[in-house]
Amino acid sequence: MKKFLAMILSLAMVLALAACGGNNEQKTNDDQTPADTQQPADDQQPADTNEPSEPSEPAEPASGELITVGIINNDPNESGYRTANDAAMRATFTEENGYKAIFYNNNDAAQQIATAQQMVQDEVDFLLLSPASTTGWDTVLQDAQTAGTQVILFDRKLEADESMYAAAVVSDMPAEGKTAVDWLAAQNLDEYNIIHIQGHMGSDAQLGRTGALDEKVNAEANWNYVTQQTADWDEATARTITQSVIDSGKPFNVIYAENNGMARGAVAALDANGITHGKDGDVIVMGFDSDKWAFEAVLEGSWNYMGLCNPLQADTVDGIIKDLVAGKTPAQKIIYTPEQGFDCDTLTQADVDTYGT
Amino acid sequence: MATPVKEPKTAVRRPDESLLKRLTRHQLFIPLAALALLVLFNLIADPTFFAVTVKENSLGNPVLSGNIISVLDNASELVILAIGMTLVTASSGGQDISVGAAMAIAGSVILRLVCGGQVSADVMQTPLVLALLAGILVSMVFGAFNGALVAYFKIQPMVATLILFTAGRSIAAWINNNQLPIINDLGFKYAGTFLPGIPVPTPIFITLLVVLIFWLALKFTNLGLYTQSVGINANSSRLNGLDPKLIKLMTYVILGVCVAVAGFVRVSRSGSINYSRIAENIEMDAILAVALGGNALSGGKFNIYGSILGAYVIQFLTTTLYKYEVPSTALPAYKAVVVILLVVLSAPVVQEKLAGIKKAPAKTAKEVS
Repeated sequence: MKKFLAMILSLAMVLALAACGGNNEQKTNDDQTPADTQQPADDQQPADTNEPSEPSEPAEPASGELITVGIINNDPNESGYRTANDAAMRATFTEENGYKAIFYNNNDAAQQIATAQQMVQDEVDFLLLSPASTTGWDTVLQDAQTAGTQVILFDRKLEADESMYAAAVVSDMPAEGKTAVDWLAAQNLDEYNIIHIQGHMGSDAQLGRTGALDEKVNAEANWNYVTQQTADWDEATARTITQSVIDSGKPFNVIYAENNGMARGAVAALDANGITHGKDGDVIVMGFDSDKWAFEAVLEGSWNYMGLCNPLQADTVDGIIKDLVAGKTPAQKIIYTPEQGFDCDTLTQADVDTYGT
Repeated sequence: MATPVKEPKTAVRRPDESLLKRLTRHQLFIPLAALALLVLFNLIADPTFFAVTVKENSLGNPVLSGNIISVLDNASELVILAIGMTLVTASSGGQDISVGAAMAIAGSVILRLVCGGQVSADVMQTPLVLALLAGILVSMVFGAFNGALVAYFKIQPMVATLILFTAGRSIAAWINNNQLPIINDLGFKYAGTFLPGIPVPTPIFITLLVVLIFWLALKFTNLGLYTQSVGINANSSRLNGLDPKLIKLMTYVILGVCVAVAGFVRVSRSGSINYSRIAENIEMDAILAVALGGNALSGGKFNIYGSILGAYVIQFLTTTLYKYEVPSTALPAYKAVVVILLVVLSAPVVQEKLAGIKKAPAKTAKEVS
């Protein structure tokens, strides 16, 4: 039994070495994985002799016809927005469309960064990123530049100089926040007592949507936070936060939830306590993203406002890549997906059909 | 056997000390003390914490509302899980860390059936009972998978359940084709909110029912005895005619049932699911509840009521922290403090020291006399 296990393990090691062998010559800097550095000297030789024949042959036709893209996205189950976003990427970057795509989904920025590093080492032609957090990407971007991998950001931005990426097709989160806050200000309430339910802290969406509201609350005397808490995009947590405010008896008249799921959770707490909301209700309910059911809630007047965050960037990204491959630089480095806010007074069924996902 | 009998007798001479000792030694001392501490804190800080009012919900039903109701209501899933987790802990000396992911699976199955595979449905496509039964069945299968790995392949419970912990949420997403289904049928939400005309949240009744079933099972069957004997010494229980492997497997299957019920309560609160977020980290709370209840995490003897109490203490703590607007991201840190205290207090070295402190004055007194 032990011998058998040892055999399997050694076999696995040999296979791993063979897999690494193809990449050896391409690696330029010290970012080699531990597996490489551990290679015994005698194993290196056969791996090297293999190089011209074995790994390059299957690789050649692949890179000749298909564009390899590494796509790093967030967890598709995180929210309806992400489900739509991920589905669109997967539908666009297919072999039929000329791509050899590797997908990676994780909400943990550290895992995303580690995988991105790996993809750069594997020499993908393009690295498409929707970073879970805006910071920590410097090394990856640097390595990508050295390796000649072009980085395209989609959906979310990150903190880096514009020269570090080829293009960005992103939602303008601060603008989304500003549009929503401006709309709220236009409601002319005497006093704004806001339950602010935040998304995953440090994400571009959270920073943008929080920033605009923070600014306004700090500037205006009659704008107050009743509570400002993160529910990490979670509906149940949002419900708990809202319920605890209701239990404490503090008056509030606005729920500013940074995505639709959390707004739905907050509304569940309102309903359970018989607090009216939406059009002609006591509490203004605001959500973000693009879910069809949320559009319908606004249309029914159960919610007041939804800031559209367009999840469909795949086609635009596709166009940019084709341009870049053809040697054309995109006209704009940062392309903002068209977005707007919808409220219960102006939303039409046509909008729901157009933008709902 | 003679000496332990003697000890309390001599202690009777100091009635106050013996009472304190007996109290602190009782298994439910820690959770009760923690609960008392929380109640006291809230009484002093803001007595309105305990206020319960009758309101009318948006459907026109009278409903009870207040922090205490919130605690009882929101603790439901945790209590149900803690019961199953206690049995698993007792029999296998380890914990199932996949319960959160398994809840996502059960919830996903139930929602898939009631939505009939659509993304959103206004009316239930499958009778609720059938959907719930399917959820329980699937959950039992996954419980049996965990249990088989632990009992028959002798894999450490935490490692064995790590598989489902990692894969469970993806399986849940796969069950619904990566869609996030939504059911708008009010009938579905009764279980997670209120039954018409009844002002107490339904999850409280479901929890009571589960507790009642386990109380009956422990009273009238050998479930408790067998579980404990397998946990204390699997070999000797085998020699006494029990099948330790089967009993371990059974506890995991029972936990599977608990998981399905908890998952059902959770999805019926809102009629929707978010695979990556639903019941996130609830396994840690469930394990903490078992530990808070004074149960040894290494298995053996257990007290299911300790775990239930532990679960309510955790929810009480969470609700209290929310009330004082502690950032929800900081909540795990506070729970960590509780865990550290518990672990330190129950460490043999500390226990010895504590016993030493208590005994020290008595000893010196004896020596002097």
